[in-house]
Amino acid sequence: MSGLLNLLIGLAMGLNLVALGTGRLPSLIRIAALQGMVLGIMPLVIEAHDWRMMVLVIAAATVAMKGLVIPALLRRAMRTANIDRDLDPLIGFLPSLLLGAAGMIGAVVLARRLPLLPEHHESLLVAGALASVLTGLLLLIGRSKAISQVCGYLILENGIYLFGLLLIHSTPLLVEAGILLDLTVAVFVTGIIVDRIQRAFDSLDTRKLTVLRE
Amino acid sequence: MKELLLIFVPLVAAGAAALWPDNRTRPWFLPAAGLAHALLAFGLMLRPPESPFHAWFGCDPLARAMLPAVSLLFLGCAAYGVPYLRLRAERPNRVFVAGFLAALGLMSAAHMARHLGLLWIATEAVTLSSVPLLHFNNTPRAFEATWKYLLVGGTGIALSLLGSFCLGYASLHGGGAGDLTFAALMAQGTALSRPWVLIAWVLLLVGYGTKMGLAPMHTWKPDAYGEAPGIVGAMLAGGVTTVAFTAVLRVRAVVDAAGAGEVASRTLLVIGLFSMLVAALFLLSARDFKRMLAYSSVEHMGILSLGAAVGGVGLWAAFFHVWNNSMTKGALFLSAGNLRRAAGGRTIDEVSGMSVITPRSAALFVAALFAVTACPPFGPFFSELLIVKSTFATGHGWAAAFFLGCLLLAFFGLTRVVFAIVYGRPRQAAREMDHRYRETLAVVLPPAALLLLALGLGLATPNALREAWTAAVRQLSPTP
Amino acid sequence: MISILEFLVRFAVWLLLAPLLPGLINKVKAWVAGRRGPPVLQLYYDLTRLWRKGVVVSTLASPGFIAGPAVAWVAVLAAALLLPLGPLGTSLSFRGDVILLVYLLALARFCTAWAALETGSAFEGMGAAREVSYAVLAEAAVITAVLTLSLQSGSLSLAAMLVPSAGAGAVLLAVGLFTVLLAENCRVPFDDPNTHLELTMIHEVMVLDHSGPPLAAVLHGAAMKLLLFSVLLVQAVLPVGELPPAAAVGALVAGVLLVTVAVGLVESLLARAAFRRVPLLLTTAFLLCVFALLVAWKGGAA
Repeated sequence: MSGLLNLLIGLAMGLNLVALGTGRLPSLIRIAALQGMVLGIMPLVIEAHDWRMMVLVIAAATVAMKGLVIPALLRRAMRTANIDRDLDPLIGFLPSLLLGAAGMIGAVVLARRLPLLPEHHESLLVAGALASVLTGLLLLIGRSKAISQVCGYLILENGIYLFGLLLIHSTPLLVEAGILLDLTVAVFVTGIIVDRIQRAFDSLDTRKLTVLRE
Repeated sequence: MKELLLIFVPLVAAGAAALWPDNRTRPWFLPAAGLAHALLAFGLMLRPPESPFHAWFGCDPLARAMLPAVSLLFLGCAAYGVPYLRLRAERPNRVFVAGFLAALGLMSAAHMARHLGLLWIATEAVTLSSVPLLHFNNTPRAFEATWKYLLVGGTGIALSLLGSFCLGYASLHGGGAGDLTFAALMAQGTALSRPWVLIAWVLLLVGYGTKMGLAPMHTWKPDAYGEAPGIVGAMLAGGVTTVAFTAVLRVRAVVDAAGAGEVASRTLLVIGLFSMLVAALFLLSARDFKRMLAYSSVEHMGILSLGAAVGGVGLWAAFFHVWNNSMTKGALFLSAGNLRRAAGGRTIDEVSGMSVITPRSAALFVAALFAVTACPPFGPFFSELLIVKSTFATGHGWAAAFFLGCLLLAFFGLTRVVFAIVYGRPRQAAREMDHRYRETLAVVLPPAALLLLALGLGLATPNALREAWTAAVRQLSPTP
Repeated sequence: MISILEFLVRFAVWLLLAPLLPGLINKVKAWVAGRRGPPVLQLYYDLTRLWRKGVVVSTLASPGFIAGPAVAWVAVLAAALLLPLGPLGTSLSFRGDVILLVYLLALARFCTAWAALETGSAFEGMGAAREVSYAVLAEAAVITAVLTLSLQSGSLSLAAMLVPSAGAGAVLLAVGLFTVLLAENCRVPFDDPNTHLELTMIHEVMVLDHSGPPLAAVLHGAAMKLLLFSVLLVQAVLPVGELPPAAAVGALVAGVLLVTVAVGLVESLLARAAFRRVPLLLTTAFLLCVFALLVAWKGGAA
């Protein structure tokens, strides 16, 4: 069980690096979606001995929201805003890839130093969570297109979800559902704002959003 | 049951407003729901229920000490909203009214959340429901501000979710069940794993501190307050920040129970003083009177966090200050909104002589300025005095001195801008605007009422409020 | 007597079998594209033809122009002889021979670049610059891979290092080394071996002025390098050394064939990467090797 779970987390961590290295917006969205789906099936792996209704619902909802609904919303926003699909990085692909890899190694080292329960010692959950949070932050800072920043936010959120899996036995379904719902609405709202920004500024480059400064 | 009504009355009103067909009469939903909400909130405060409604959720003393202030502020904003939206008849207000009402319901939910996950969900929902309010003006600048609000606020709130999970893991690691209700976490006390509690505290403070607008996480604030309509700015500065402050206090109580209260107090003290310093410095160079209000809000968040850091009487004074902050911010933002509409500009380079053009709003603005800079006999004077006294009493003399220094700088900064726009000769642009904008009683009365409340709070603090604050302090620090 | 025979066999394998690989790759590419393609032995014909031809040397060039390809060829052959060949083992093994191998490959690269610069042409200079700058990243990946292998075997000699399989990090290492193989041998997506468009090519441009036997040495050296990397890759990932001799030979041959086919498929299915993406790809290979190293290190610690 732990082996398969670690494999999935390793996959998610690999996707982090791919996300940092990719230069195209549609592929970034696809990576975020794929990572969401990988995360979605993790509860099934963790609870493999006992598939309660709740676990199944969480898994299905996560896969549906993170893997299908949110990417579809983003793609729609991308299409309606009719934007250039190349990502203009503020932090180059190479530096962000190296930073991401360094962050990943740092996350693994840090996760080993944190006090963990015995059953989580061999698991990569904490390391994967930290690495994804770092990747998300890097994307938020290092990409200038509005939608790519949203993808960064999604990956950040994925990292937090990974951490939440540590608490899967104690977090009630209601909370998980609420978090997912909030996330989806957030992306929906962002999609609308992205559209408006496109109309108002004739560009989705957030570097142009510089009217307001001190 | 009343607790649920606090949430569902505004939400149902929001739904009804979203379906209401008429643009002209729709704003009346605001004061109607606001009045009902205020009656419910004060009813709950005066006649508290025997026990909290549910383990996850209920009107506990902390919620009772905070929520009525927000409710009152909302009522003031709602009363102002009707004439304001009539002035802006050219803009469809369906989303605006619905979002405003939904924000109130969700803020009530966030105040009453006794479960970390629920608290997070409600806070995030408040953030999202206030997004359409921010870009009501539909200008590119408004969208830019909204984007920053979404991005900075979203990241902050995401970190606070991570912090919530860390706190849950602290409970698991300490042998608990990982129950995320505050009561269960506090009951577990020192059994919570200390490293995880500290990590959680940092993340949660950064997360909810971003919502509060503590420096250095305040960057979204000037933009959002500057571009949003005054009524939204008032609600953000007096309502949403209160939600975040309540969240910080609840988390802090858990950290306290876990035996890391010293660390928590020190971080709150430092971050509070830093916020005040940053705000004071930016106030000294502010030229835009709406952005200025944002820095003033950062400053007051710093004061709140200082009060919370000191604890005991300081905490009590912080509750007092929450009320004062809500009332004075309401008066300031609403009167500033009037000035802004009449002047057609926002910086001291474009605007002057407002005492001639809109004498009543200008007078209100100046009076509110004195209130917010803690001049007696307004409420903020007494709450800040109490905070200074308790800071001295707990042996943080240097912090108190720093605090007073920042207050002085902020006073200079604020008065410089305010007098520049209020006195002097009106500009040509403003004279032309003058014909279109009439200062009716309906837009002057709500800020005046809020200001009077701030005055009343200072001159004669009602006993019921004092008791509510004492009860809240007792809830947060069970063993004084 | 036996050792001499064994040495001859080894020599024959490297010298005679190497030109088969490019032919196989071309065959795979032709098959994917639905063409008949050149015969598998095309490179042998080319080499014999070139060997018989004369050499054209620029008046600007020093003897280094001829010496470069020759030294490079010898260096690659020497590196190849250091590499164990499945059940045959190595002819020469000592502590740290893997470092010599890396340096011999670097020497070969240096000589090719040197010969390219000797022509005094701007094109060759550009190609040499590109080759060398990419090599920095590719070599980092190779060295990391070597470190990984030595860490998990606790040895610095090729014969001992290549015996155990790379364990959990094998996949990471395989992908990383395969990417390095593509880069080092100037295959798509790093370089296009078919192109003669000066602006896009890296390796071809360096050898543009060579002719006759030196060009034959360059081509044969390139083929040997491809075989060398394929053998290294297969042995780093598969536990060839632990199998009985017959199976080991089979596994090695099958592995090399698989790598060859994979190169052919990559070349047919992928386009050449944009120039500025190349460092990114190589860094990815490097990172894969780094993660393999970490896995090996963690596995060793646990």
